[in-house]
Amino acid sequence: MSPVANPGDTHPTRRRRPWVVLAAALGVLALLGSACSSDDTATASASDADGDAPTIGFLFVGPKDDFGYNQAAYEGSVAVEEAFPDATILRAENVPETAEAEQVMEEMINQGADIIFPTSYGHMEFANNVAALHPDVTIVHQGGLEPEPGLDNFGTYFGTVYEPVYTAGIAAGAATETGKLGYVYAFPIPQTLSNINAFTLGAQSVNPEIEVIAVSTGSWCDPGLQAQAASSLLNQGVDVLTQHQDCTKTIIETADAAGAMTVGYHFDASELTPEGWITGSEWDWGPLYVEIVQTILDGAFVDSDFNGDFRVGLQTGSNPFVQSAYGPMVDEDTQALVDEARQRFIDGGSPFAGPVVDQDGEVVWAEGEQPTYAEVEQMDFFVQGVTGRTS
Amino acid sequence: MIEAVLAGAVAGGTSILFPTLGEVVAERSGVINLGTEGSMLTGALAAYAVGIETGNPWLGVAAGLAAGAALAAVHAFVVLFRGANQIAVGLVVTFLAIGITALFGQSYVGQGVVPLTDVAVPGLSELPFLGSILFDHDPLTYLSVVAAAGLWWMMRSTSAGLKLRAAGERPEVLEVYGSSPRSVRVFGVLAGGALAGLGGAQLATAFTRNWSEGMVAGRGFVAVGLVIFAAWNPLKAIAGAYLFSGAVALQLELQAQGSEVSRYLLQALPYLVVIAVLVALSRRRRHAAPAALQRVFEGSA
Repeated sequence: MSPVANPGDTHPTRRRRPWVVLAAALGVLALLGSACSSDDTATASASDADGDAPTIGFLFVGPKDDFGYNQAAYEGSVAVEEAFPDATILRAENVPETAEAEQVMEEMINQGADIIFPTSYGHMEFANNVAALHPDVTIVHQGGLEPEPGLDNFGTYFGTVYEPVYTAGIAAGAATETGKLGYVYAFPIPQTLSNINAFTLGAQSVNPEIEVIAVSTGSWCDPGLQAQAASSLLNQGVDVLTQHQDCTKTIIETADAAGAMTVGYHFDASELTPEGWITGSEWDWGPLYVEIVQTILDGAFVDSDFNGDFRVGLQTGSNPFVQSAYGPMVDEDTQALVDEARQRFIDGGSPFAGPVVDQDGEVVWAEGEQPTYAEVEQMDFFVQGVTGRTS
Repeated sequence: MIEAVLAGAVAGGTSILFPTLGEVVAERSGVINLGTEGSMLTGALAAYAVGIETGNPWLGVAAGLAAGAALAAVHAFVVLFRGANQIAVGLVVTFLAIGITALFGQSYVGQGVVPLTDVAVPGLSELPFLGSILFDHDPLTYLSVVAAAGLWWMMRSTSAGLKLRAAGERPEVLEVYGSSPRSVRVFGVLAGGALAGLGGAQLATAFTRNWSEGMVAGRGFVAVGLVIFAAWNPLKAIAGAYLFSGAVALQLELQAQGSEVSRYLLQALPYLVVIAVLVALSRRRRHAAPAALQRVFEGSA
């Protein structure tokens, strides 16, 4: 407390600044390090680029082996590599959703990229900027919203994620013994709410009494919170845990350790819980990526479905979001129920075909009514049977 | 539900208790280390990586401890030998660790580690209520409580503890008696980093069995705040860490039970609880700060 000068103080005050500056510079360098390393990958694989064969760049927001979203996108890029052996593939991992994404794309264009796939939602703004600056490069963005019209070299695409989540809900509804299913999610955004609701409706199609308890962590990947959230759900007697998180391993292993069952998300993680794995939803981007690249190489991109806001589901084509393989407890009767639902969606049905009733008992879509994709993208409620709050 | 929340408080609180103890030691010696968050991250990655490479979780724990101390050594060197601002350097060291661990951690994402599993204490773990709360945890959880008690005893009853406190309270006196305050502070910062590294190791290899980028997610900064709550006392640090973690467990339990309280309010609960307690205790706590540390707060060197 005393402001009196301290004779024992050993801090020299001279030369304070250079060290702070050096330390700060080291910190910044380290932060840039992760992105730089990805650039190195790009440089290495671009060395044999020539004029004719296309050069195709992929940006991933995370590492390629995250048991999740980025691993799936990476495997899609491998499918492109196999389908177009002459093409040069550039890849950059851990590209943040900042102007750095723009720099990575510019760097890829410097290395001859003709086609770029920025695969994270937050890359869209930067992808749009780069597309406007480089009319000769085609950029297709994964997960983005409807792009502003006018760019002949830009488009967005995504799959209807809630379809396989609904069919996985059927399998979970058949597998549960307690009638309580647990859902760990990050934020109540429309895509998450539509997944939780689809899962609930799928489970309730087997047993209308089923309850889905939804717990929010407020983070896409905080394993510590995930472990605690999973424990809380297990304390409530849920015997199936599923999730909408970016990193999925902790929740699956917590469920496994407690002898509970799991429905996966993003990736087939059955190896983490061979006994407890019911099924899951995972990305299979390969066929769609290949189709997009072929369309561009054919010179048919302008005014194609991909030159806009492309949403593919069972109704419109092959959904890149597919249901994972079944675990040991899923019997043939259940599989038949799943096949039936899938056929319904192929024939034009929707997981949200009315009647859909929200938590407060209000009818959102009446019998015979069915929302469009755009309406599902604005979902802001939980259906009846979900325990949890959207606000 | 009370039992579940309290068991969750202990299980989740270990990764906060270790860095809180570490920061108590560092600040008792007179140095604030905001690099605690960074030491936790490097500790988490080192423990996870070495655990995978060797297949031995205890070698991983040792590596986590060493990595936490190694990062703290950067803070100790720049602050104690070059006189740089403690607050600025601590933050920079944390950013350094965030970058380094993201870079070197990439190849470990999704890989499985041999975890430190829970050890039920024979007999005691069968006690009703208390058994599941206190006696069915991973070994590092027991170690954290032993460490808290040991540090409390050391500070109170040993000459090493007296030196540590003197470095933070009256470094001039320490010098008169022929000891170097700087050496003591180096020890304090390194020991603090090692303890934070243990916290990261527990988080990665026992509690979540996972490595992912930035997974410490602010727990190191929470620990720095809890030091004030704990009035620089290792035993009170136990209460602080478990109170915070208990509030996290409580909000998740309330969500799982379908509470009508706003989800946003529930997620803010752990921070609201700590702030409320700090406000209630602020005057007493401020007097508990090491005197030489107060000079840091007030900006005079």
